Amino acid sequence: MLLLLLGMSFIVFASLYIAPGDPAQMVAGVAATEQDIEAVRISLGLDKPFLVQYGIYLKNLLTLDLGMSYTTRQPIIQEIAVRLPFTINLAVAAILIAIVIGIPLGILTALKRDTIVDNVLTTTSLFAISMPNFWLGTMLILLFSVKLGLLPSGGMTHFFWTATGFKQVILPAFALSTSTIASFMRIGRSAMLDVLQSDYIRTAKSKGLSQKVVIFIHALRNALIPLLTQLGTSFGGLLGGAIVTEQVFVVNGLGTYLINAINSRNYPVVQSTVLVIAAMFIIINLIVDIVYCLVDPRISLE
Amino acid sequence: MVNNRQKQWKTAVNKLLRNKLAVLCFAVLIVEILLVLLAGVIAPYQPEAVDASIKLAPGFWAQWSKDPIEAAKYVPGHLFGTDHLGRDVLSRLLYGGRISLAVGFCSTAMGLFFGVILGMLAGYYPKLDNIIMRFMDLLFTFPGTLLAMLIMAMLGASTFNAMLAISIWSIPSFARMIRGRVLQIKQEDYIMAVKSLGASDFRIIFGHILQNALPLIIVIATMRMASSLISISTLSYLGMGVPAPAPEWGSMIANGKNYMWQRPSLIVIPGIAVIITVICFNILGDKLRDILDPSLKD
Repeated sequence: MLLLLLGMSFIVFASLYIAPGDPAQMVAGVAATEQDIEAVRISLGLDKPFLVQYGIYLKNLLTLDLGMSYTTRQPIIQEIAVRLPFTINLAVAAILIAIVIGIPLGILTALKRDTIVDNVLTTTSLFAISMPNFWLGTMLILLFSVKLGLLPSGGMTHFFWTATGFKQVILPAFALSTSTIASFMRIGRSAMLDVLQSDYIRTAKSKGLSQKVVIFIHALRNALIPLLTQLGTSFGGLLGGAIVTEQVFVVNGLGTYLINAINSRNYPVVQSTVLVIAAMFIIINLIVDIVYCLVDPRISLE
Repeated sequence: MVNNRQKQWKTAVNKLLRNKLAVLCFAVLIVEILLVLLAGVIAPYQPEAVDASIKLAPGFWAQWSKDPIEAAKYVPGHLFGTDHLGRDVLSRLLYGGRISLAVGFCSTAMGLFFGVILGMLAGYYPKLDNIIMRFMDLLFTFPGTLLAMLIMAMLGASTFNAMLAISIWSIPSFARMIRGRVLQIKQEDYIMAVKSLGASDFRIIFGHILQNALPLIIVIATMRMASSLISISTLSYLGMGVPAPAPEWGSMIANGKNYMWQRPSLIVIPGIAVIITVICFNILGDKLRDILDPSLKD
């Protein structure tokens, strides 16, 4: 896991090291003379060899020093700290929506296998994954904000558990969550089908337990295990997807920060934002792995 | 042996042809590809031709509008209306589809090429396995399109770079699936038999294993087309894909977003184009999987 973090930081560092444009020139500004640029280059350590620069970069990372933004001249870590909560807010709301909608629907399709309910829901989920989420977001704005005037068309100032925050987050979170809903549905369905065919369910049924008890007490618990692994991957995907959704709904989160940085060639910001998102993804997957072992003792941490 | 294999493919094609939904999707895609290829002939206008006198004209449906002002705004000849610069939406849609589909196809093909080679090598040679797959794991740490965005940040926005970014982004998942399949195939008796006959590694990998992995490759390539198309339109929507004046479905939506209050069709039409295409690839991939590789289904 540490190796993954290290490797990932190397990719991020190296990819922007070879990017076109002279960072010293960027920092010094347009009007800077040759000497100014040279002075900036030395002060930023940009004259040193690649690996030395990477070493310094890593050392700074350990002290949570992500450098300065080219455009605002503020420490990036502070700028990220302001924006990160909104991105997490959005991603968490989206995963909650996916859990609340996706898992029950997945179980429903498994129980009603090959009936019209199953077919309709499976087809709907196909639509859900075929829709670019920026487009769905825009359509939701069009419907709920422009035509019906029910919900705000964008912006995020509060967290989702407050009333204002809930109104602000519901559209972007739903737009973001569609593909996760679909994948929870699919995995929930196949996990439930697997479990329903197992011996202990037959035993439980033959003991004369009611359908409800069998499904909710015996089957559900085991069907949830595969969904747990999916949770980690999905959350990462949602963080990645949030970048786009934030643009649609004008949320001042990490995504907007990243896109603006890319457009203004603000490389340290691009570097740090990508690093933070990828690091979160790695850590979440680690946590999911650990929880997985706790829930299912048959699997051991290898 | 050869006849047997041909027979297998024939039954697969027959099965596919019997599935109405699959045939429908296939037909839609063929028609779409023909339309965009013939964009130069069919499209009524040049995609970048600006006409300031007819900005934001509505499409043909305005003719039946109850609002006479709205109906009067319809300009005959601009079937789907015009955008904020007076460019013909239909023409942009056709030319844009050309770019979207070409980028989607090329990036899938490129990702497939490298993904298959890496996956084969990793699956066949245990020594290479660790190195290749650890590197793939590394690329997997960038969730969603983040990797593609990082590459775009590095290279700058252009159509070719977008293609490159999306293909690099699809390499790890191709490699992972192919590797898994190669590990399976390697255990089969006939590979052992071929090996003991003294066939070279090259021949085993590209002759026998590749042929047996072909159904899987077709299935994942079809499904990847769908996600590549979404990615290219997403990158363009963010202004990182196909650069400005050129039409692309994602950038058409991005442009239309600012005028959606007056002309929602500017975002609805390209969006529907994306969805139809993506859904056809997804359904086709689904059906192909059921027919060619039922083991993949879960």
